[in-house]
Amino acid sequence: MMMAAKAHHIAQAASSISIHDVSHSYGGRGGGQVMLALDRINLDVGDCEFHCLLGPSGCGKSTLLYLIGGFIPVQAGVIATAKGPVSGPGPDRSIVFQNFALFPWKTVKDNVLYGLKKAGFDAGEREKRAQDYIDLVHLTGFENAYPSQLSGGMQQRAAIARTLAVDPGILLMDEPFGALDAQTRRVMQEELRAIWRRSRKTVVFVTHDVHEAVFLADRISIMSARPGRIEHVIDVDLPKDRGEEILEDPRFIQFSERIWRLVREQAVAATRGAH
Amino acid sequence: MADAVIARHETGGAGGGVHAVVNTVVRFSPLLLLCALWEFLGLSGLVSQQMLPGLGEIAQAFFRMLFEGNLLYNTMRSISRAAAGLGSAVIVGILTGLLMASFRPVRLLVNPIVQIFYPMPKSALIPVVMIWLGLGDSSKILLIFLGCLLPVIVGTYNGARGVNPFLLWSAASLGASRSAVLREVVLPAAMPDILSGCRSALAFSFILMVSSEFVIATDGVGYMISSLGDGGLYPAMFAAIFFVAAIGFAADRAYAALVRRVLRWREA
Repeated sequence: MMMAAKAHHIAQAASSISIHDVSHSYGGRGGGQVMLALDRINLDVGDCEFHCLLGPSGCGKSTLLYLIGGFIPVQAGVIATAKGPVSGPGPDRSIVFQNFALFPWKTVKDNVLYGLKKAGFDAGEREKRAQDYIDLVHLTGFENAYPSQLSGGMQQRAAIARTLAVDPGILLMDEPFGALDAQTRRVMQEELRAIWRRSRKTVVFVTHDVHEAVFLADRISIMSARPGRIEHVIDVDLPKDRGEEILEDPRFIQFSERIWRLVREQAVAATRGAH
Repeated sequence: MADAVIARHETGGAGGGVHAVVNTVVRFSPLLLLCALWEFLGLSGLVSQQMLPGLGEIAQAFFRMLFEGNLLYNTMRSISRAAAGLGSAVIVGILTGLLMASFRPVRLLVNPIVQIFYPMPKSALIPVVMIWLGLGDSSKILLIFLGCLLPVIVGTYNGARGVNPFLLWSAASLGASRSAVLREVVLPAAMPDILSGCRSALAFSFILMVSSEFVIATDGVGYMISSLGDGGLYPAMFAAIFFVAAIGFAADRAYAALVRRVLRWREA
């Protein structure tokens, strides 16, 4: 309880996240081998910060995201938001998954309306908000389409609209563009950055793509694999307004190189099993 | 009903009106062949007319029973039993399957029972329900209920267990309570499996309806068939058999159409 109180105290800003000494392991049930997925993670994500968790596969970055989301129980340490220690999923921390996770039996509009109903908006307000967010992600005209009738990029847009519409203080994103083709991914990254600039949310974004992390983030946590640790936390020293042109900017290229070298160390270490 | 299962795959992209009618006629032309064979066997004397009465004779018997006899009354009696048994099995089966999938204690309690009774032929229970509940409607309804229950439970359970966990997490992170997740996510996500379990149950309900009426009934189509057979009224007996077969077929087709409507979201 002492630790919880302390973590709560740290996370006093509106939508900040405080992660204190969080470890997590898998397996061990029925005499199986225990695998340490996260090892004493400490991280503070500030209000309205865009934070990327970057690392090789198997570094536990998704596990950390699911712990913040409250989808899996915290085993050791404390994760706290302004509302207190995380003890389960909630609409203050909404999530977008790699495979969209839209309700396939609901139309785009009904998917977006679902969270709004849960949030208790009245019928008129619901309709208006749903339409606003569908317009925001450029799905106007596809309100009555079922997910199976849409391309991957459109499905992911719908999922983002559904998540943004409930106005979560914290937006969790688990490699949301990983299943999209390169062109669509590029467009979605620009749109997400633009949406974030307007809506000012705290974002925790999981990716293994260095360019994606550098393009999107204010700060990047570089993680090591097995056990997952945060090896570096780096401020992204680039202009806040980032369009497509920044990809050509020497500062962007240099910075990406620097991040890439740090990630590469972890990836090489992971394949050699050095940890 | 096996025919309907095959037909379902072939009707996928059926075109407009006339085209569809022609397709249907072509698809069911083997039935005409069967009718011709039936007539031939009877007329040629290879099989006695007693065993295979002419189709004309059967049709005559059918219309006599329909307009003068009590075919419709008996059919309604049968169908109301089947509907009561099937309907209650669908409700109880879906609830049980969802609870099994969601709560470990329920699963541990019910799963072994389901596994043991699943392959058992439910017609073996005819004498049992007769001893328990006598000759009235309730014994047949119970038998049909028991026979239909297991496919519905198994379909629902498999469907609910197989729900994409990310859908559950999405709903929870949008503010859905645990019971809301069950009603609003698990149930619709499991619907394709639930509906196919119900389709098996529909077939079982017809089988058990007729076979139980052979043994324990004083009315119903099954009772009619067996008493007409006992009385040597073979054309009428065949007419009743064909009639119940046609109703079963129609019920299966109507059900398939309903399923297509409910699962519209899957087609794209």
